[in-house]
Formats: sequence, structure tokens, C-alpha cells
Amino acid sequence: MGSLEETCASLRAQITATEEQLAGLKRDLANAEQAAQSDSATTTTAGNEHNDRNGHGRRWPLLQEEYKRYGRQMIVSQVGLKGQLKLRSARILLVGAGGLGCPAAQYLAGAGVGTIGLIDGDTVEVSNLHRQVLHRTKNVGKYKVDSAIESLRELNPHPTYIAHRTHLMPDEALAIFQNYDLILDCTDNPATRYLISDTAVLTGKPLVSASALRTEGQLMVLNDPPRAPGDKSGGPCYRCVFPRPPPADSVVSCADGGILGPVVGTMGVLQALEAIKVITAPDADVAGGAASTPRNPPALHVFSAYSSPLVRTIRLRSRRANCAVCSAEATVTLDTIKSGSTDYVFFCGSAILPSLLGPEERISAREYYEKYPGVSAVSQPHTVIDVRDKGQFEICSLENSLNIPISDILASGLTKPQAADAEQEAPTLPSWLPSELVSESSNPIYVVCRLGNDSQIVVKKMKELGLDQNGQRFIGDIRGGLRSWKEQVDSEWPEY
Amino acid sequence: MAHSSATAQGVFPVSITVEFTGGLELLFGNERKHKVILPAQLEDGSRPNISYLLKYLVNNLMKDQRTDMFIMEDNVRPGILVLINDADWELEGEETYELQQGDNIVFVSTLHGG
Repeated sequence: MGSLEETCASLRAQITATEEQLAGLKRDLANAEQAAQSDSATTTTAGNEHNDRNGHGRRWPLLQEEYKRYGRQMIVSQVGLKGQLKLRSARILLVGAGGLGCPAAQYLAGAGVGTIGLIDGDTVEVSNLHRQVLHRTKNVGKYKVDSAIESLRELNPHPTYIAHRTHLMPDEALAIFQNYDLILDCTDNPATRYLISDTAVLTGKPLVSASALRTEGQLMVLNDPPRAPGDKSGGPCYRCVFPRPPPADSVVSCADGGILGPVVGTMGVLQALEAIKVITAPDADVAGGAASTPRNPPALHVFSAYSSPLVRTIRLRSRRANCAVCSAEATVTLDTIKSGSTDYVFFCGSAILPSLLGPEERISAREYYEKYPGVSAVSQPHTVIDVRDKGQFEICSLENSLNIPISDILASGLTKPQAADAEQEAPTLPSWLPSELVSESSNPIYVVCRLGNDSQIVVKKMKELGLDQNGQRFIGDIRGGLRSWKEQVDSEWPEY
Repeated sequence: MAHSSATAQGVFPVSITVEFTGGLELLFGNERKHKVILPAQLEDGSRPNISYLLKYLVNNLMKDQRTDMFIMEDNVRPGILVLINDADWELEGEETYELQQGDNIVFVSTLHGG
């Protein structure tokens, strides 16, 4: 116990110290943001600023240190001094400071992009650290944008960094986007992706969009060139490629599906690369340069860590003639976005599960533990079915629990016994069902999963299959899943 | 060439490659790449097109019973891109595109994580 108290005291001390540090950083940041605002108010670009500051006597457009810092990329012919100056006067907004936003911001800051804005309302969690490379262990709990900017400043103090500590909302998107030249979509959900694309089109900003899950990633440069809605020569937008959102229950997050750090890192780095290409592209309106340098045709790059080749590139369509935002028939406008009549959450739906089971079909982790203390499956026979995927089951599982992944159960569909076959004693049962569960007596069945959602679906399904013997046998789930198990029963349970 | 003229007349079955990515492979026995052989001519005399292929895949290749994760309203569900030889199918006529010998058809589900 003594050592536990010591740990608590030490943690408290660390929290106090971190909070003091946080307060200091917030002050610094407020000052920097004020400076940045007055900067953009006078429309002084970072490039001019250097000149102004150093007066007429200045011979060189970059600081001595900047020639050294950016030299290796400036001598690449595609960039050159011209490209470097463009980068310095560029203002890039990254929506999301997570697995994509961190590596993207890191390379953009390193490359000397003059103004880098980050928008994210989340705070750093331990489970982010394996892939969100700007965040440090000591910054767990801090706003991601603050943590990211702290790292970026250490990397390159020259750029102006702007923190937006909020999730992107429709009523603010326009005002924020207007202050930038290029947008990076580094978010993780369809509703925000549509909002970003729509706002990018309507404010005339090119958009570099990426996503990743498990071992795969996708990348597109959209609205490039950024022409007005109705102008067919503009690049396609997200809605041109995906006019309708996917069903909400088909969308899998990194928290649920998993993600390899280098996969999402690769996609973020590629976003930075595409951003640099767009910013440093030869001016289209310069005489002679215009038609001679055609842009890349619209494409989707698909990265797949376990395939060969690793990346495949797919030619995409051009702007959709009836696109809801970038065509002449557009119905989405800045007004409909701002007023909320374009409702992104409604458009994309939500997969929030209603509570499927009644209270009598559920048992809390504590109740279960009190009912079956220790390992007493023999004295009080019952079955615990864990419906997480095999990989998760292998990380940690309850003693004597049986693993039947929900993916196997759902894949087999609703093979419920037909009413017509009811007279037959043995209707065709799905293959995932162990025979002992069917033949066994009326021993109760408890279904458990990670959070207590999937378990409800499976309980329902088992009852549809008649396993509850018309109510003779208890089938229910452990409310709140293994997360509750940790909270209520076993604090040493590994939460992943 | 004799071979290509025979193909054009619809004598040989149409052999194509079908690939699934972005998580769709999970619906197809966790296999990304499949060789599929379609009849040269359908009962009504037409040649197999993407529309036919979709039905064929659901009936013959799909292991998962949740067909609405792949097909909705007789078409691929929203959020899935169909690629015909590495081009968006909208560049090729979408579901009416008639499959050719050796075609590579890829189904990509959009990812949203980040």
C-alpha cells in the first residue's frame, strides 16, 4: 500500500507540474496567436515580413540560417529558391492533429511553410502515441494541437503556428478556411470529411485528403485546380468521388479496427508531399508556363502494406456534372453550411446503437463476479462467450471464456430456424455455434465483448436461434463489457 | 489473330481478376485477389457486364451473408469505388461495361480513419 500511495503522490506532483507548464504554454500561445492575427490582418505574408524587418539594405530574401536549413530541398530543381519563397508565404491548415496530421505537420514545418494552422478538439491519449508522432508521453491529457505545436516549434521556430482547440464545426469552417491557402484533411469521420471538402470548394482552396485503417491508406488531391462551382475545369471534390456517404454501420474507426503506425504515417507524409507539390507548382498564369505544365489528372492512391506493389494509383473522374457542391447545379452553399440546413451529421447518419436488451437480460461485471467468485465453472456451470475478434481475445480474456468472434456470427447471417421446420428437433444451426451449447442443459450463457455493444447483438441473435429454450435458459450480456470488468472487478485487467 | 477473333465472337469464357481492398476482402473469405471465369455469353445472348459480375460475386464468391455491406439497391453500396483496369468505372460506363478477357476489376471501400 505504501508504494501505491507514493505512486499517487508522485502522479499528483507530476500533474501539478504539468498543469503549470500548460498554463505557461497557453500564455505563450495566446501571445503568438495575437501576433499571428495582426499579421494576417495586415495581409503581410511571412515572406515580406523578413524583408520589412530588415529594411532596404537587405540583399537576400531568406535568413542565413534558412539557406542552411532549407538548402537540401532548395537545390532540388522542383523547389528551388522560388519554391522555397512560395512555401514561406503559404498558409496551410491541417484539420486533425492525429495519425495523419502529426507526420504531415512535421514535414510541412520542416520544409518551412510560413503559416501552419492545426485544428483539433481532442486531447492526447496514451493509445495515440504509437502513431501520432508529434505527441510526447509527458503531454498525455494536453490538447493535441498544443502538444503538436510544442514539438513543431522545437523542430522549426520560423513558421507561425496557429492552434484551433476545437473540432471543425459548420458555422466556423468558412471563417477559419478563409485564412489559409491549402487544406489538409487529416480527420477520421465521414461527416467532417464532407464538411471540409464542401468548405474547401466554396472558399476556393485545394484539398489534400487522406485516410487510413489497419494496413491500408488512401490519398487524393481534390479541388485542384480550385475553380468556382460550375467551372468544369476545376478538380473534382470529395462529393464528386463519393456523392453518397457510406452507411454509418460500415464505417470502422482506428479504435475499433486498429491501425499500424507506419501506415497512417506514410499517408500523412504523402499529404505533406502533395501539399508541397501544389504550393511549389509553377504559376499557371505566368506567360509560357501555363499550358506547358499540365497538372496530374485526378487520382486516388491506395496504399496497402501487405500487397505488392505497395501503392496503386487509380484514375478518377473529373467534376461531376450534377455535384451537390462544385457543379452548376450545386445545392450546398456557404449559407446552407453556415445555417446548418446542410446537415452533415444527418447526411452521414450515426451508428450509435440503441440499447437492444432489457435490464433483465443484462448483468453488471460486479454482479457477475459476485455470482461466480473465482473459477467455479464446475460448481456453478455456466458459459461465458467472448465475441471479440481472435486477436483481441489473445491479448486478454476471462478464464474459461469461449471465443466466438462477432464477425463470424454476423457473416453467417440470420440462419434462424424457419417456422415451417419448427417441428423438426434439429434445425440447421450456424457453424459458429459449438454443439455443446446447443445440447447442454439450461446452464446460463453470458456474452461479453470490449464495451458492451456487440454482446447485445449476439444475445439477441442467440435468442432468435432458440437457444434460450423459450426463456428456460438465461442468456444475457455483461453490461459495459470488459471495460466495466476492469472498473468494477479487476483493476489490473489490461485495457488496450 | 485467331485467338482474339474467337474471343470477340464470344467463344471462350471471359477470365478476369477481381480484387477487394479497404476491408471488403473480409466479406470474401479474407482473400484479396480472385480469379473469376464468366461465361462468354449469357442466356439472353448478351455479354457479361459489371452488373452481371456484381450478382455473380454475391452468389458465388461472397462468404459473408451481409450482402448489404457490398450491394445496395442492385448496385455497389455507397462508399465503394469500382475500378476497371485502374480507372474509376465512371470513366468506362459503370455497370454497363462489358467485361473483356484479362480485365482487372478492383472494389475499394473508402477508409475514414486518421
